[in-house]
Amino acid sequence: MKEAKINTKDAIIKIDNLQKHFGELEVLKDVSLELHKGENLVVLGKSGTGKSVLIKCIVRLLDADGGTINVDGDEVNSLKSKELDGVRAKIGFLFQSGALYDSMTVRENLTFPLTRIKKDLTTEQINAKIAEVLENVGLPDVIDKMPSELSGGMRKRISLARTIIVDPLIMLYDEPTTGLDPVTSDEISFLINDIQKKYKTSSIIITHDIECVRAVANRIIMLDKGKVYMEGSLADFEKSKDELVQAFFKTK
Amino acid sequence: MSYQYLADLQMMRTVPISHIRKYARKKTIDLSDETLSNKNKIAEIFRNAGDVALFIVNVVRNTFSRGFEFREFLKQCYQVGNKSLGLISVTGIVIGLVLTIQSRPVLVDFGAVNMLPGMVAISIIREMGPVITALICAGKVGSGIGAELGSMRVTEQIDAMEVSSTNPVRFLIVPRVLATTLMIPLLALYADILGILGSWIASNIKGDVSFILFVSQAFGDVDFIDFLPAFIKSFFFGAVIGLVGCYKGFNAGRGTESVGVAANSAVVIGSLLVIIVDLIAVQITDLL
Repeated sequence: MKEAKINTKDAIIKIDNLQKHFGELEVLKDVSLELHKGENLVVLGKSGTGKSVLIKCIVRLLDADGGTINVDGDEVNSLKSKELDGVRAKIGFLFQSGALYDSMTVRENLTFPLTRIKKDLTTEQINAKIAEVLENVGLPDVIDKMPSELSGGMRKRISLARTIIVDPLIMLYDEPTTGLDPVTSDEISFLINDIQKKYKTSSIIITHDIECVRAVANRIIMLDKGKVYMEGSLADFEKSKDELVQAFFKTK
Repeated sequence: MSYQYLADLQMMRTVPISHIRKYARKKTIDLSDETLSNKNKIAEIFRNAGDVALFIVNVVRNTFSRGFEFREFLKQCYQVGNKSLGLISVTGIVIGLVLTIQSRPVLVDFGAVNMLPGMVAISIIREMGPVITALICAGKVGSGIGAELGSMRVTEQIDAMEVSSTNPVRFLIVPRVLATTLMIPLLALYADILGILGSWIASNIKGDVSFILFVSQAFGDVDFIDFLPAFIKSFFFGAVIGLVGCYKGFNAGRGTESVGVAANSAVVIGSLLVIIVDLIAVQITDLL
């Protein structure tokens, strides 16, 4: 069932008939979607419906079994290693666990992607960039701390800083508010919107946190059983009479 | 859908065994637990061997490709060398002490006590120093690498590295394998020296032997051919320990228990392979 399709010309990510299975288990069956420039697209769905698999296919952490994924003009599935690095440089990926490098300080965590993606930066430029992103996520004083010294919310913010430090065109958020208290979740949702405005990013946000959906979504796609179940605006979803949609939106 | 296909899927734990039994009953295939389990085991051995071969090829290719991570390599050399130094020091001295204390009474009975330094030096340099150092490193370094990489896999740090346009094999695996390959022979050499020192200490418990005389007697009986094969096989021990630790950690599952499994199997398989490599090296040395 699809409702209220939003028509926008500029698609920065275009996915057609994406399929992914693990053995006999078909996780994604024929998923097609578009991410338009400058929008926050929320992908909603129950656990195990293939939301995380979808964004991992976009950066090719997982190889798709069928279909096409076009990112800013490049067909991801057919890229060679070096070309894939070029596409990945345009994408910031916030992992569910944060994925900060445990053996590195916050400074080293932030320096790592910056020096690998933008190799010609001077030390002054790197330091300025680190200070800027830490300021943007509201944690300017933790630069020399180890990840183990930070709270869950702080780790998430530093992970966010690590993804935006390379000025990505596209942000992929894998359950950004999972495991956080409501106040910190709201702060992360605020940061997602703030990043969208400041860095002009286009984002796919995987979540089943309805408060986060309400705070950040420009458009929503719901996945169920590996397929797009419904697509529309927040208002479309909130007024929907569909049972599955109501199960998400009427709980709070 | 063939029985073999279903059996393969079951091996990959994607199809429940009940599904396969149901299919087998319908097709009147004799599908006892044993038949299925043996087929799975054989297939798994071949699959694992293929995975390991591909992993080694990938490591070798990345070792000789551009963009060698020199800083990470030095960091890993420090980790492997420095962190094992205390344990290797104690073990080296104890090997020398024990060997001397155990063999001295027999040599005294035969009136051959002046052969003690040479005998101990040959035992330590040819066999005990390299093998015991490798076994200790398989426990300490191999498990450390397995647990560290396993934990990085579970917490998506390796995925994060890939997304940051960094080849995790080049950044994580190659420096670790090269560090163990280089540092374990040096640690074995260090253990040899301390073992001979331990032997001199033990000799002085019962008698009074000058250090210079002891050392000259010890090295008087040792030829270069005693030292060289032992030193060369230490490089293979190091490579095996590094490769097993990295393979187990890098291919750890997604759950937290996988970290423990990776660390444990890195130690068990690493130690076993050290013994096997030693056996092969001894056979080759014997032929020379």
